[in-house]
Amino acid sequence: MHSGEITIENITKVEGTAGLKVVIENDSVKDLKFILKDFRRFYTQAVKGKPIIAAPSFLSRICGTCSVAHLFASLKAIEMSQGIEVSEQTKILKRLAYDALMIRDHALHLYFFVLPDILGVDSILDISDDASDPGHILLHDSFDIKRMGTDISTAIIGAAIHAPIPTVGGFLKNPDPSKFPDLVSRLEGIRPQVLRGIKTFAEWKDTLVRNTDYLYLRNDKQFDFLEGDIVNSNGKRLGSDKFLEFMEEVVIPYSQSEGYKFSDTHEDYLVGSLARINFNKDLLNPRTKADVESYLSLFPSQNIQHNNLAQAIEILECVDDAIDILKTVKINADEKPVRKPLRAGVGIGVVEAPRGILYHKAKVNDKGIIEDYDVIVPTAQNQINIENDLKKYFNENLDKEEEELHHRAEMIIRAYDPCVSCSTNFLKIDWIRK
Amino acid sequence: MDGTSDKKKMVVGWFSFTCSEDSTILFTELLNDHLDEWKKLVEFRHVKALKTKNVLEGIDVAFIEGAISSDKQAEEVKKIRENSKYVVAIGSCACTGMPSASRNAFTPADITERINLYMQNFDYSPKVRKLDDVVKVDDMVPGCPMNAQTFIEILGKYLKVFNLA
Repeated sequence: MHSGEITIENITKVEGTAGLKVVIENDSVKDLKFILKDFRRFYTQAVKGKPIIAAPSFLSRICGTCSVAHLFASLKAIEMSQGIEVSEQTKILKRLAYDALMIRDHALHLYFFVLPDILGVDSILDISDDASDPGHILLHDSFDIKRMGTDISTAIIGAAIHAPIPTVGGFLKNPDPSKFPDLVSRLEGIRPQVLRGIKTFAEWKDTLVRNTDYLYLRNDKQFDFLEGDIVNSNGKRLGSDKFLEFMEEVVIPYSQSEGYKFSDTHEDYLVGSLARINFNKDLLNPRTKADVESYLSLFPSQNIQHNNLAQAIEILECVDDAIDILKTVKINADEKPVRKPLRAGVGIGVVEAPRGILYHKAKVNDKGIIEDYDVIVPTAQNQINIENDLKKYFNENLDKEEEELHHRAEMIIRAYDPCVSCSTNFLKIDWIRK
Repeated sequence: MDGTSDKKKMVVGWFSFTCSEDSTILFTELLNDHLDEWKKLVEFRHVKALKTKNVLEGIDVAFIEGAISSDKQAEEVKKIRENSKYVVAIGSCACTGMPSASRNAFTPADITERINLYMQNFDYSPKVRKLDDVVKVDDMVPGCPMNAQTFIEILGKYLKVFNLA
């Protein structure tokens, strides 16, 4: 295409609603807009005036698929504001529940959204019913893998979506350890299926390579989604309370969500599995590491399609970590949530959501009421990076047919596993107009 | 291609408006156990979360998740209604508006400059509406996310309506 416009009204097989508009002039991209279309629900305003005990559950409604990430980030922020240190049991059960989130959430993206691209079909609905068909086998693997994540979530935190058991200071109900041996047995049962998925995504040769910065949490002791410092590609290390000092918020007038730049380094940056495996692969569970050794040599990678492989490896990491926890954890059935007298305070909760760094900040008054709240979600952070990847792709491929350009653009966007429902929240720092 | 034979199937659409899409996620979880069975009985003609080639024509049952935030969304949902024999509201935001309709309770002081900018820059309606404020709704599956058992029962009810169960 020499000149003209390419418009995709609705990017499909992603969570939420997003579109793309590209203007081509004289064989180059003149303008490209990746547009997050979900209407804002103004959660960070609506949560003001609510008691802290109600806020995390309310804010988990920001997102359907990663509600547990929002729940745990909010609990961390509020517990910090109140000076509450949760028990070791709470920490390990949250880690287990988070493994379950990653297993289910990554599997949904990889098998329901991306796998059809690998198989050359439009949808999982088009995959053969022949039980010996490779696509059929992988799809049915995904049912077992996703069900496993959901069932662990249900056993530990009461549900996979909007879990009712975690509360400020701990858990309202402790899990029944008699269920653990069966969960371990089933986790061992899905390991070969997870490894088959890793092989599939490793052998997929789709590529888009571009240099960018990466941000991720790192806990030097273990591969961790819930604890650690924020680190970038150059090794700059920040405590979570310093995150905002290095963020530039960018208002994108055509999008319902802000974008962000990391002010210390490159123009744009990426968060998510690719960042985590690129820089934390040394911390993977020994069993995981042994079984995916040949694939780990592909990392660090600047190929965005390797975000899919990184997610597949993280599923195995979470399976192996969950097995270790379920085999060793001792449950004190009498443990209650930690409570402290209400106080005024500010707390920050940073976690790695499935799609990357998620930041919650709560300001609480001395009556335990939320006075102010901020959220920064991964997809908003990846927005500028997605646009820059797409510009590179279009500029290098304008000789291709328009149908292929559409399809490949969607595949690039899909590789980020964007969660558009999430990306509609406020941060009150100075605006920098794009 | 969708399913295994040329037998008559119930044509279904799944649509999402303003919400967390938690019921869509739950729907994808139900597919773990039911996809093979449902593919024999149901043609999924419009499911943006699962397919690129979607067609908004001849829908027997439209499952609609989310609240309605804008006039454009209201037009879209009316178009779905016109092309569907039955409409089922899915989840709390579609059935009650909440929690997506939280801004309906904002005082003028709550509408900060920034909220106002977004509302002016995009097509926000003055109030967020639940689904039956905009179109006729035949059934509801309440819950946040939707109650899975109720959804399965209502799907079964319509399979009977179309003589497929």
